[in-house]
Amino acid sequence: MSALLGSDPLLIGDIDFTVVVIVIVKTVLVFALLLVAVMFYIWFMRKVIADMQNRIGPQRAGPFGILQTLADGIKLFFKEQSEPATADKRVFRLAPYLSILPAFLAFAIVPIGGVVTIGDHRTQLQLADPPIGVLFLLAMSGIGLYGVMLAGWSSGSKYPLLGAVRASAQLLSYEAAMGLAIVAVLIQSGTLSTREIVDGQAWDGLGSIIGRGDTHWFLVPTIVSFVIFLIAAMAETNHPPFDLVEAEQELVGGFHTEYTGIRFAIFFLAEFMNLITMCAIAVTLFLGGPSGPSLTGLGIDAGSWLNVWVMPVVWFMVKLLVLLYATVWVRASLPRLRYDQLMNLGWKLLIEIAFVWAMITAVLKVAQDVGAGAIDIIITAACALVGGFVILGILYLCIPKREEVEEIK
Amino acid sequence: MTTVLFFVFAAAALGGALGVVLSRNPVHSALWLVQTLLSVAVFFLLQDAELVAAVQVIVYAGAIVVLFIFVIMLLGVDRHESLEDPVKVQRPAAIALGALVLAEIVFLAGHEWATGARTARGAPIEGGTGAFADYNNIERVAHVMFIDYMWAFQITAGLLVVAVVGAIVLARRSGERPEGQEPGTPAPERAGPESGSGQRPDDAAVEEPVGEGAT
Repeated sequence: MSALLGSDPLLIGDIDFTVVVIVIVKTVLVFALLLVAVMFYIWFMRKVIADMQNRIGPQRAGPFGILQTLADGIKLFFKEQSEPATADKRVFRLAPYLSILPAFLAFAIVPIGGVVTIGDHRTQLQLADPPIGVLFLLAMSGIGLYGVMLAGWSSGSKYPLLGAVRASAQLLSYEAAMGLAIVAVLIQSGTLSTREIVDGQAWDGLGSIIGRGDTHWFLVPTIVSFVIFLIAAMAETNHPPFDLVEAEQELVGGFHTEYTGIRFAIFFLAEFMNLITMCAIAVTLFLGGPSGPSLTGLGIDAGSWLNVWVMPVVWFMVKLLVLLYATVWVRASLPRLRYDQLMNLGWKLLIEIAFVWAMITAVLKVAQDVGAGAIDIIITAACALVGGFVILGILYLCIPKREEVEEIK
Repeated sequence: MTTVLFFVFAAAALGGALGVVLSRNPVHSALWLVQTLLSVAVFFLLQDAELVAAVQVIVYAGAIVVLFIFVIMLLGVDRHESLEDPVKVQRPAAIALGALVLAEIVFLAGHEWATGARTARGAPIEGGTGAFADYNNIERVAHVMFIDYMWAFQITAGLLVVAVVGAIVLARRSGERPEGQEPGTPAPERAGPESGSGQRPDDAAVEEPVGEGAT
């Protein structure tokens, strides 16, 4: 059982009634946080895109139109739900939930804040910290694929099926690139647990940001992986410019063409939840999660609730907001990719770069661990380069030329 | 707690297995298979084998069954498969072999000579021994894979890459791309009727079996 519980001090030792209540409260809070975050993200996104396009954006519901998403949600909730006559009814109803459940579960491993004390219990401000940590994210994005695939298939018509096939191909392709981008971070951290990854990036002065100090963010040592992770994460969440899963000109609405009312809303919600989760994971892996300067410099005691409870959460939220803002820029400014461009980018560019960068990270990490100097590293790198080119050259000579193939035929 | 979880998920696993066999629709069968695989992942978690559980979900539920569903969806499930057995001896042979496997599992559950590991009847291995004592599950697997059996692991990886490259080389013959397409650009969406326009007639005849082999 300890495999499920991880390193949270709350769950070590006896589990009494208070512990159960704390866990339930944490679960509800994380769920509510995600829902509210989606609500505000959609409003924020529409406002920013409107600004970039010289429009005003939502302004009717609530102050600055902030309740627009709520109004949309209520409208969708009360709309009639239609089911196509050719649909596979049971799978058709199941698919939205298969989509939203992994989206929520994946967020459970994100450390939102530090370790706090409630009553006489110490606990981490994160729902779960399994030792498999980041692998859990990959498992959940694998499960999330079922919602999309089954939605498209069970609708019993052509466009959703084509959209679903496209979506599955896209998700499978970019999962490889994302996994390889994560590898670079795991080499740096030496652990899969998200809490330990964040602990390894604890704040140690301003140098933490640029990779100096005892513990520093993994951003600078793995900057290439960071970029690849963000691109792959956008492709995984069908975020523009990778939204050809629901390319209107070609596929009507893609896999959720036949969905209406609350079921459509669930798909919509899952997509944005996935986006927020991916950005939160990026913050955790590359930007140190809740790590940031505390208020001790202003004369506030290190044990004060401001420093223990508030500041880590504030830093996490600030970083998350920056990344989410960046995704809105991308959404507003880039045109949608073509299918072959998508596949070329994923398979011929991102995977290779992520792979090479992971290997470079590994070499630098080993060099650092054995205390090798710059000259050792340069000599080793030169040998590896020469060796690599020699092997590639031999392989190239072994491949028959096009004319030779024609002759054989 | 552990016992309760075990029985709940044992029921789920068996229910899923029955669903796989009894469903008329192949996609439903695949979904029941996912339920069984996820329940087995829970068993691994209950045995403190969290890495195996994660791999179970990522590889089996996340990739292999997805591949099944992909193939089922693309081949079409609307055709009603005949339940007539083309090979008459197949059904009794399957029952006999199934009974044999069941007997084997029951037998092996009480012995440890086959795997060398402790069985359900023996005492569970506590925390490992020697250099492994402080390691968690993942670190132990990593130690075995990347230090003890480094070469075997690398050679296996090389073998798999060669197999994949070989399959691609066999499935894809050069010089048969549709007209106007850049060499090296995959065109999965053009695999309609018009994709045969650039082919010679004799090649079109052998196109069909190769396509199936690649699937």
